[in-house]
Amino acid sequence: MPDRAGGAHAPHVNRPAVYFRLSSSDALDALRRMHRIRRFEEAAEEAYVRGLSYGAMHLSIGQEATAVGVCMPLTDADAITSTHRGHGHCIAKGAQLKPMFAEFLGKETGLCKGRGGSMHIADPARGNLGANGIVGAGLPIAVGAAFSGKRRGDGSVAVAFFGDGANNEGAFHESLNLASIWKLPVVFVCENNQYAMSTAISRSTAAPNVADRASAYAMPGVIVDGNTFADVAEASFVAVERARAGDGPTLIEAKTYGARGHSRSDRNRYRSREEIESWKQRDPIAAFEAEIVALGLASREEIEAIENEVRAEMAAAVDFAVKSPAPRPSDVTRDVYSPRED
Amino acid sequence: MPQAMRELTFAEAIREALAIALEADERVVLMGEDIGVYGGAFQVTGDLVERFGENRVIDTPISELAGAGVAVGAALTGTRPVYEFQFSDFSMLAMEQIVNQAAKIRYMLGGAVHVPVVFRMPTGSGLGGAAQHSQSLEAWFAHVPGLKVIEPSTPHDVKGMLLSAIADPDPVIVFEHKLLYKVKGPVPEGDYRVALDKAALRREGRDLTIVATGIMTHRALEAAAILAGEGVEAEIVDLRCLRPFDGETIVASVKKTTRLLAVYEGVKTLGLGAEVSARVAESEAIDYLDAPILRLGGVEAPIPYSPVLEKAAVPQVEDIVAAARSLAQGRA
Repeated sequence: MPDRAGGAHAPHVNRPAVYFRLSSSDALDALRRMHRIRRFEEAAEEAYVRGLSYGAMHLSIGQEATAVGVCMPLTDADAITSTHRGHGHCIAKGAQLKPMFAEFLGKETGLCKGRGGSMHIADPARGNLGANGIVGAGLPIAVGAAFSGKRRGDGSVAVAFFGDGANNEGAFHESLNLASIWKLPVVFVCENNQYAMSTAISRSTAAPNVADRASAYAMPGVIVDGNTFADVAEASFVAVERARAGDGPTLIEAKTYGARGHSRSDRNRYRSREEIESWKQRDPIAAFEAEIVALGLASREEIEAIENEVRAEMAAAVDFAVKSPAPRPSDVTRDVYSPRED
Repeated sequence: MPQAMRELTFAEAIREALAIALEADERVVLMGEDIGVYGGAFQVTGDLVERFGENRVIDTPISELAGAGVAVGAALTGTRPVYEFQFSDFSMLAMEQIVNQAAKIRYMLGGAVHVPVVFRMPTGSGLGGAAQHSQSLEAWFAHVPGLKVIEPSTPHDVKGMLLSAIADPDPVIVFEHKLLYKVKGPVPEGDYRVALDKAALRREGRDLTIVATGIMTHRALEAAAILAGEGVEAEIVDLRCLRPFDGETIVASVKKTTRLLAVYEGVKTLGLGAEVSARVAESEAIDYLDAPILRLGGVEAPIPYSPVLEKAAVPQVEDIVAAARSLAQGRA
């Protein structure tokens, strides 16, 4: 196979297609977001252990490459809908860590003023229409955002993130069909982390791959290694370009793995220690770092600097959140309705 | 500014409101099953697709969950969709998007967004639709904070309230009783608004208060005419707005009449009448009551097919007359 890279720094490494689109600073920015996600999830875990948080919490450690890779072609004008496991998507879409962690702790300074928490974390100013506590619910909402985008004619797209568990919900099938008949600019991204809580996809889904279902709705179905940033990002660029060009939706299935299991109630009784260990060997951040170093897009020193910066950023975010005020009980019914205009 | 009045049917008044909204605001779109060339199952949208085109009056597949969800997502992102359920019963297929999403998104996001979507729901019995095409589910939706729920009873109100609903920044559910679609009444021309939070006094009377909504307002008015011949003067409050709920108008009326009858088509137990009763029981009006509160609601059964049974399943004029008569007995 010919060497497509041809770069002075790395003559012996094949350059995955996406790196023809991305500069060194793009790659470092992607890495920074992946580290932010990892640190955020670790801080969330620690906050729970320390008794600072008490509510629902679903971590996305091990799935960072999917969140960040998918969001690479997106701008603030593009919408995403996310899932109960939504911290990573929120950070990948550009959220600030301080108001995000404050939301996780239920503080008035949070992204949702403490009303949503981990499971409804959102950042509409950056196009994140919200995580969702209902499996599959974000798909039709993303189709609606794509509908608005198509009406505006501004080339914006919408991305619906969902898990393998959502692909047997009616909302999945209805949404793909509607997006396809109306040729809407939407990308459906299934993060197949192999399990819907404890139920393996082989026990829940009749098709071997979620992406196979795309053919029923006359759209491309693409399978990528969700732990390989370059594969995810390239698939996302292609799907987003197709959507922006008016050619309709795409279904991307990113095969990945949830290193931390479903939630804090998870005792890992449905999977083996060997399986968990084997996926840990495929850590998406370590793989991405090795790749961009090999390609000459980053140095080890630059990576270390990012790690340190993100650690400090995360520590400041935790500090901000802990010191932030809780909402006032008297405000419990605020924002149920919009304020009267008169 | 006074507008010319004409007689329009309830359905025509809705169509006129939709046309005004489509004309005035390009963000407004209509969505629903067979609302385009077919004109809607009850011919409410009628010729709107010819006037405004298929990009504004949009047929959806029979896919209520995604249809409602697309309306919610579109509303979040700058569109103002009016989604028609062919029958309110079908909204159950979309309950997730209406109740878990539309009603809660603004709150869950700390007030950062609006969800200006309108769901229109042809509702109620009387056309032989049987158990899955005839229900009155207003109380379900009225139980959900974040939704606004209205049930207009006149062509005048449905036009003005629908225009208010489309302009409203929050999700509004509009219950339209199917038997009202052909009812005529005076309707002003042009754009006017009727508030989404105020009941209407339809008839003044001294002997008892009848609180009704939708088609039951008309039956209560018919009953009041009969009762007047017997010397009983009923005051009729048309609730119109179920969420927010206008308890003040009810309380003020009951303090005057000292007797209360709540009439509604939905199933009696845990229905609208419970809220009407409780508002009075929790207020100073309870000290004015000269008789126990009465509720007339739908029977504790699905809506049956046979016209004989269908009629027996929900309050009719004669039921209201009988209940009001017994309530007014012994009055001073």
